Amino acid sequence: MQITSPSFKKNSVQALSDAQLQKALGNVRAGFIDKRTKAVDALPEFDALRDNGKAIKDHTLAHLDLYLEAYEEQVKKAGGHVHWAQTAEDARNIILDLCKTRGVKTVTKGKSMISEEIALNDALEEAGVRPVETDLGEYIIQLRGEHPSHIIAPAVHLNKEQIEADFRRVHTHLPADRKLVEHEKLLTEARAVLRAEYFKADLGITGANFLVAETGSSIIVTNEGNGDLTQILPRVHVVIASIEKVVPTLEDAAQILRLLARSATGQEMSVYTTVSTGGRRESDPDGPDEYHVVLLDNGRSSMLGTEFQEMLRCIRCGACMNHCPVYHAVGGHAYGWVYPGPMGAVLTPSLIGVDKGGHLPNASTFCGRCESVCPMRIPLPKMMRHWREREFERGLNPAVARYGLKSWAFFARRPRLYRFFASFGIPALSMLGGAKRRFSWLPFAGGWTKYRELPAPEGRTFMQQWAQREALKQEVSS
Amino acid sequence: MQHQVKTRPHVGLFVTCLVDLFRPSVGFAAVKLMEDAGCSVDVPAAQTCCGQPAYNSGDRDDTREIAKATIAAFEEFDYVVAPSGSCASMLKKHYPALFTGDAVWESRAGEFSKKVHELVSFLADELRIQGVDAKLSATATYHDSCSGLRELGIRDQPRKLLQSVEGLKIAEMEEADVCCGFGGTFCVKYSDISNAIVTKKTSNIEVAGADMLLAGDLGCLMNMAGKLQREGSAIEVRHVAEVLAGMTDQPPVGGKL
Repeated sequence: MQITSPSFKKNSVQALSDAQLQKALGNVRAGFIDKRTKAVDALPEFDALRDNGKAIKDHTLAHLDLYLEAYEEQVKKAGGHVHWAQTAEDARNIILDLCKTRGVKTVTKGKSMISEEIALNDALEEAGVRPVETDLGEYIIQLRGEHPSHIIAPAVHLNKEQIEADFRRVHTHLPADRKLVEHEKLLTEARAVLRAEYFKADLGITGANFLVAETGSSIIVTNEGNGDLTQILPRVHVVIASIEKVVPTLEDAAQILRLLARSATGQEMSVYTTVSTGGRRESDPDGPDEYHVVLLDNGRSSMLGTEFQEMLRCIRCGACMNHCPVYHAVGGHAYGWVYPGPMGAVLTPSLIGVDKGGHLPNASTFCGRCESVCPMRIPLPKMMRHWREREFERGLNPAVARYGLKSWAFFARRPRLYRFFASFGIPALSMLGGAKRRFSWLPFAGGWTKYRELPAPEGRTFMQQWAQREALKQEVSS
Repeated sequence: MQHQVKTRPHVGLFVTCLVDLFRPSVGFAAVKLMEDAGCSVDVPAAQTCCGQPAYNSGDRDDTREIAKATIAAFEEFDYVVAPSGSCASMLKKHYPALFTGDAVWESRAGEFSKKVHELVSFLADELRIQGVDAKLSATATYHDSCSGLRELGIRDQPRKLLQSVEGLKIAEMEEADVCCGFGGTFCVKYSDISNAIVTKKTSNIEVAGADMLLAGDLGCLMNMAGKLQREGSAIEVRHVAEVLAGMTDQPPVGGKL
């Protein structure tokens, strides 16, 4: 997919004037925030679980090589295959090769952000393979030729009426006069259409919420059961996951599962939690003949040992974006690549470079609401600041901002000089404010006054007045 | 007499740059509140700004220099108090992180950090004052500024003290704990997004049915006041310290004389 993160500002202006998008974003509070709050309030040990989850991931990341090798060994023992992909291109080629050698025409897909990260659908289509998204949200945006705007609710930017229109446009084999108003009707129609696809598919691709080193299993959570049909019915099951998805044991995965759905959708558990270990065994009534895992690095191993390592704890629950005022304002597409919101603001520069993704960690008020809800206690604002530091070190931020900051800092580091200029400038600015005591426009303050009045200074600075008060006190006491 | 003076907590007021330049009355309200609570308050001249504009723009070198000057200026005090959750958190939480591994400054920043408080939480939690001697006939709504709320745990303290102001009613707004869109340089760098966020905020403020908006951070207050005034609202905007100190004779933020 085309990266538009460098034009984040332009994207966000567009998003702010998109009435349909703004209407859809209005549902985020009731849909995610309130439900999460209720679920968390009902579990007294939630914060203790967060500590546990963090510790599990920190431990795993400290020994990532070891656990990945152990995982590979267990997958092989269960009859599966592990493919190591250093780059997105490597991952695409591995999957394309599997499709070619197995004569695959149709691929069903469970929801996977890694698939988006490596732009798999485009690659499959180019190779003459038809990808069919089976997650309802992913299915809808595939019909529209769009990309997910949210990591767990890919179509959250759409309204029901838009989806109805898409279904009528594409599902032309169904009666034109059918009723499609309620959510359930839309869901039922999508399920019926997809049901046929599951049986046509030669290969099924799922992501993974966890890879378990102890057993060589992959775990996915879904609410629609589409993941199960995607991985059980075709001849070949391919799991595509990034390397930081590994946890040591099933018990570890179970601990983190208690955090995942609560943080994401406010459910105690997702409707389906599916554990797969290898392909079909002789005694199994069904399942794929082959089981493959594509392990993607794509820049993650270079985050280890840096100030961005903690980002690799992320379990992709989406709580950070659900609680982000910037995400609420502009939605996910404005971020210009796969991962939006606060987690995207940290991860995107790691994966595509801060020269392209630099806007994202800058477009934050540092309100800290993301960190306060993150089940893995990832210090997102701190890491966004680290990106700003890297930008500053490399001189990537705009010259005007840089020089403005440097000249401000020159004075801020010299209190007497600072005070000298303030003692003239501030009373003068105060006078300029007139009887209205505020400015509707001021040179160099256009970013502020475009949308708001600028309060005028009261008069002399505090430090001026304080010095006078102290001098008076001295006089009185002497 | 000599002995009494010594047992009074000696507080260094970190004025904050916005209060110093734009709204000195907040600084005097802070001094009054602390003096009334039995502190002796001084204001070191060698202070400018906490350094957040540099820190949040990725300029660590300038931030460190500003931090060193601030730490040195306040080392003699028992307490360092700022009428801002954001600046207090910068001094308390972020200064130590700037000097991790520094042989001299890590421990100096650590010692300094222990003495730093935001004004209202200092009054309520450290000095344990139960109420204030102030009157105001108004209905106010209170906005929780982000850094104070999430980095310093300031939520109940201002509400508790405001309840003791005679004649003052509190009308809570929806999403009082959601950012107002100020974010320091964010509000000018991403003014369109900032505007969308503050517009949601002012709509929540209007719906609350209050005639006054209070908060503990002047940056947020100037942002919300500026937006309310652009929208033609008559809601008065003030720093919480002004109301607690009973010093509301000055015009409100951005308000007419």
